[in-house]
Amino acid sequence: MAVLTRTHRESPPEQRSPAPPRRVPVLSHAFLIGWALLTTLPLLWAVLSSFKSDEEILTDPWSLPSRLRWENWGRAWNEAHIGRYFLNSVIVVTGALALTMLLGAMAAYVLARYRFRGRRIVYLAFVGGMMFPVFLALVPLFFVVRNLGLLGTLPGLTLVYAAYSLPFTVFFLTAFFRTLPTSVAEAAMVDGCGHYRLFFAVMLPMARPGLVSVGIFNFLFQWNQYVLPLVLMQGEGAERKWVLAQGLTALAVNEGYRGDFSGLFAGMTIAMLPVIAAYLLFHRQVQSGLAAGQLR
Amino acid sequence: MRGKRLFIATFLIPPLLLYGIFVVSPYAQAFQIAGTNWSGLSPDYEFVGLDNFRRLAGDGYFWNALRHNALMLVLLPVATILLGLFFASMISVGGRSDRVGVHGVRGAGFYRVVYFFPQVLSVAIVGVLWKEMYAPHTGMVNGILRAIGLDGLAVAWLGDPRFSFWCVMAVLVWMNVGFYVVLFSAAMQSIPRDLYEAALLDGASRLTTLVRITVPLVWDTIQVAWVYLAILAIDGFAVVQIITDGGPSSSSDVVGLRLYKTAFADGQFGYASAIGVAMFFLTLTVAAMFLRVTRRDRVEL
Repeated sequence: MAVLTRTHRESPPEQRSPAPPRRVPVLSHAFLIGWALLTTLPLLWAVLSSFKSDEEILTDPWSLPSRLRWENWGRAWNEAHIGRYFLNSVIVVTGALALTMLLGAMAAYVLARYRFRGRRIVYLAFVGGMMFPVFLALVPLFFVVRNLGLLGTLPGLTLVYAAYSLPFTVFFLTAFFRTLPTSVAEAAMVDGCGHYRLFFAVMLPMARPGLVSVGIFNFLFQWNQYVLPLVLMQGEGAERKWVLAQGLTALAVNEGYRGDFSGLFAGMTIAMLPVIAAYLLFHRQVQSGLAAGQLR
Repeated sequence: MRGKRLFIATFLIPPLLLYGIFVVSPYAQAFQIAGTNWSGLSPDYEFVGLDNFRRLAGDGYFWNALRHNALMLVLLPVATILLGLFFASMISVGGRSDRVGVHGVRGAGFYRVVYFFPQVLSVAIVGVLWKEMYAPHTGMVNGILRAIGLDGLAVAWLGDPRFSFWCVMAVLVWMNVGFYVVLFSAAMQSIPRDLYEAALLDGASRLTTLVRITVPLVWDTIQVAWVYLAILAIDGFAVVQIITDGGPSSSSDVVGLRLYKTAFADGQFGYASAIGVAMFFLTLTVAAMFLRVTRRDRVEL
């Protein structure tokens, strides 16, 4: 455990670490750095391996690449279709996220701020969806999607992602819309603002912090989906429509057979880097948003 | 008030339609399909009542998978929450303390950002990455062991029934700790610093402050974490399927994987749905149980 020292130094309360502390809590740092290494080393290893030749990978997992072999990346992008899968993922998640946020906000807004018969039942129906494991739905969902002719299609997957994101979205945003002040809404109504304009011009902009929180949560949920695409992107020609998660696992199997390890690592790195980069850009919003979303 | 009614309808009907078709109807059908012997090859099936559940009760593969989920259910939350609390409290209050108060460590932001990395990578990336990490000759796990002279410990991790489950378990902990570090340290931000200062003045050790102050004050968050991790542990599908596919010889099988294979490899849709129903009741029981067990008086500040 950390060693504590109480220093008796006059310093204004707002000043941040003015001088090096007398005793640095070495042990806490050792633990913290240890875990930081544990989280980053595998990722770094994958990135480094993506530049190696297969021979370098096979002989020593520790060695550095003798030169940067971008051709591995090219192979993964073109021949292993990681580029296409990435694009599919982006299309599906973009569409699903937009749909989730729009429909979720609409339902939540009405449920939070209007009184009508059956309101409670509708709310419970939405929120109840959070209790059910996705696995329970898998078999019938496959047939529902197939009967609609949407099996193995990007629109089908988009709709399913959006539908399964609704419970949490409605739950979170209903609570959020309730906290918004009524005075603004009343003032807008007095000024002759209709229900629709009130929602799109006044309430939605006011709900921005809540929308961002739940949007980040939904993005991670949808981007990380594995079982839904696995079940729904089957059938003839479906492999052209695969999303990244599926494409990457298929790549792992194929390249394992072929012994193209560098191609696999390159594919993995291509899949990994943009998300890490986006996260590094927005990490403040991601972390505060998730914390707010989880704590309710 | 006609406009208002119309407004409510136009705002509720589209989301309800989407939700009804893709979520409510499959859930409802699952219970019904679970009572049939539908094989999926033909549209014909018979109602067999509770036969699927009787078969489930005597299915050794199911119980084997369930046992693994049960182990995860205990170990995943315990390990993840303990590590999460440990790191979060070091980050939030583990730094030096002076007259100004108790501080987080230097670089707290850095740790929070880095720890979260596995969480933003999709589960498929995590799975493939760790499959390679565990690879007997090319993987880094054995690479490290050999580098520090422990060649004897370098084994075929995923090929050995004794280790495969634990390998998967380790990955689950690895990928989730960061999220709970962020979650817990957010909760710890709202604890007044003077509580720690008072305790430290009274001669409390760091461990005591963690157990007596931090944990009770973030208990709500721990409870939420527990439920989320329990749900994750009942699933476990993606990581298991990618890394070991349940093997070798079912040594890392989980219920979700049973369901998936029963349905989409064997085409036994009725039986698979019964597994789904079992999973549902399991989830429900576990959630209710945890909420009950972890219920405590909320500490108001």
